Amino acid sequence: MTDTAAPVRPSPLAEFWRYFSENRGAVIGFWVVVTLLAIAVLAPLIAPYDPALQMRDKTLLPPGWVSGGDWSHLLGTDPLGRDILSRLIHGARFSFFIGFIVVGIAASGGILIGLIAGFAPRWLDTVIMRIMDIILAFPSLLLALVLVAILGPSLINAMIAIALVLQPHYVRLTRAAVMNELPKDYVTSARVAGAGLIRLMFVTVLPNCLAPLIVQSALAFSNAILDAAALGFLGMGAQPPTPEWGTMLAEAREFILRAWWVVTFPGLAILITVLAINLMGDGLRDALDPRLKRS
Amino acid sequence: MLRLILFRLATFIPTFFGVTLVTFAFIRVLPGDPIVVMAGERGLSAERYAELMHQFGFDQSLPVQYWDYLWGVLHGDLGLSLVTRKPVSTEFFALFPATLELSICAMIFAVLMGIPAGVIAAVYRGRLFDRALMSSALVGYSMPIFWWALLLIIVFSGNLNWTPVSGRIDLLYYFPAVTGFMLIDSLLSGQSGAFGSAVQHLILPTIVLGTIPLAVIARQTRSSMLEVLSEDYIRTARAKGLSPWRINGVHALRNGMIPVVTVIGLSVGTLLGGAILTETIFSWPGIGKWMVDSIFRRDYPVVQGGLLMIALMVMVVNLVVDLLYGFINPKIRKR
Repeated sequence: MTDTAAPVRPSPLAEFWRYFSENRGAVIGFWVVVTLLAIAVLAPLIAPYDPALQMRDKTLLPPGWVSGGDWSHLLGTDPLGRDILSRLIHGARFSFFIGFIVVGIAASGGILIGLIAGFAPRWLDTVIMRIMDIILAFPSLLLALVLVAILGPSLINAMIAIALVLQPHYVRLTRAAVMNELPKDYVTSARVAGAGLIRLMFVTVLPNCLAPLIVQSALAFSNAILDAAALGFLGMGAQPPTPEWGTMLAEAREFILRAWWVVTFPGLAILITVLAINLMGDGLRDALDPRLKRS
Repeated sequence: MLRLILFRLATFIPTFFGVTLVTFAFIRVLPGDPIVVMAGERGLSAERYAELMHQFGFDQSLPVQYWDYLWGVLHGDLGLSLVTRKPVSTEFFALFPATLELSICAMIFAVLMGIPAGVIAAVYRGRLFDRALMSSALVGYSMPIFWWALLLIIVFSGNLNWTPVSGRIDLLYYFPAVTGFMLIDSLLSGQSGAFGSAVQHLILPTIVLGTIPLAVIARQTRSSMLEVLSEDYIRTARAKGLSPWRINGVHALRNGMIPVVTVIGLSVGTLLGGAILTETIFSWPGIGKWMVDSIFRRDYPVVQGGLLMIALMVMVVNLVVDLLYGFINPKIRKR
């Protein structure tokens, strides 16, 4: 460590980065995520072809480096003659879109309910926590599947369903963190100073509960991508011809023994994205929440 | 201990009623008229409609409907499948052994690989083996298992031709289901080759379903072993000159296992969720595939009943794990 007893306390961000960058995997994960995010944002500019363009004379073309392949289609084409690389690049947009929206809904809802449960009288807290127990009693993928069956299969409905099943984790974490903070002196002093309930909840207590919630968000992000892909794979998420990675896998299933590339690359894209986010999540946990630190 | 049991039961019972309320609500919140939705494109006559309305009790008030539903559930009546016309509970218990067999094999696979891997990683902390192992554990943990299944099929069934792609046993063999567990039934049948065929069919689904639990168990074992290895009594054991094998394998492992056992117990929900994907891909005739098929067939009483049974199973297992944990670790009882 190059730290030489600096008299000034480093800014929180610098301090965070110092701890975060101690974990090499986390830094790699971070840069992979940044790259994927850039690819997602710039998809229409980067992708060599239109993801929906069907080149009927070039169906099931193997990847460029395989014999019979064509370098103008680096990762080959699918059964309808669509360029797989272009579809994957556009698919990144869906995955990040799913991740951000699902985590956004689950986190804001879950944190709000968790705060209420933490501050509420005993009976309301009990009611809220029992409702969360009920949601948690169902395996998340199954509950999402059934919810989508009710709402109708589409990407938006899949996202709503996944957000709903991820939400109880936020509620539990927020509530536990609030319970931990409430007896502390600074909360009492804020209360004595006349801070109202809303101010106590959002300004005084919430900022001190954020660390585990941020770590949870990385986990929820990767779960959201995995679950959405699983729903797409089962035909209950994004519908063809959307280039969503799970849906691409579902479309490719019948060709697995004839054309390995149509199956391999979409899954690899999911794995790399989820792995990078999980690596980042481990680093976030080490940096933000020393108590949870994996020795 | 009694306090813990009472406390856990006090949370279990309201949750149970809540779950029944959710599954009860399921058919009623389907958009549109549930009967019309269930009939699908076929449509139905006015008499049949009235008959179905009456059969499902939709002509009564909601509280009465819920009461009837709850009464049925408590007496083991989950309604009739719209497709097969058999009681949902009968179908569930007919298919459940297939899922149970697969889940048990996946869990055994995960435990047999995960615990030694975690222990070795902890003992050789920071070395190449530890790093390689923990990296693979993270990859396993991030794995989209439906893709993993397809890859294994490409390699082992497609290229190497070692394992079959679907089902529980070759169609060559037929014998009555005694226990419902293919491994046991095939042995009981006495037909040569039947057991081998059952094992072959089990290998890939077991690996696929066991991958995520394996990763979780390996990570958990490593971290709890690391914690235990830094305790004083381990130093004492070392000072006494006990062999490393005895220290790591007996002294440390015994205490390091407590959180691992909890993780194993709590992964039942994950396992059942994974079974949905695994069974669908390998055409494994268990609960997961049954649920997915029923959703696509709009066989809503089956979806409703299956959902309730699965939730109930997860709840019971969690309850048992919690109580066992309180039994092993007295500290937790005081909560």
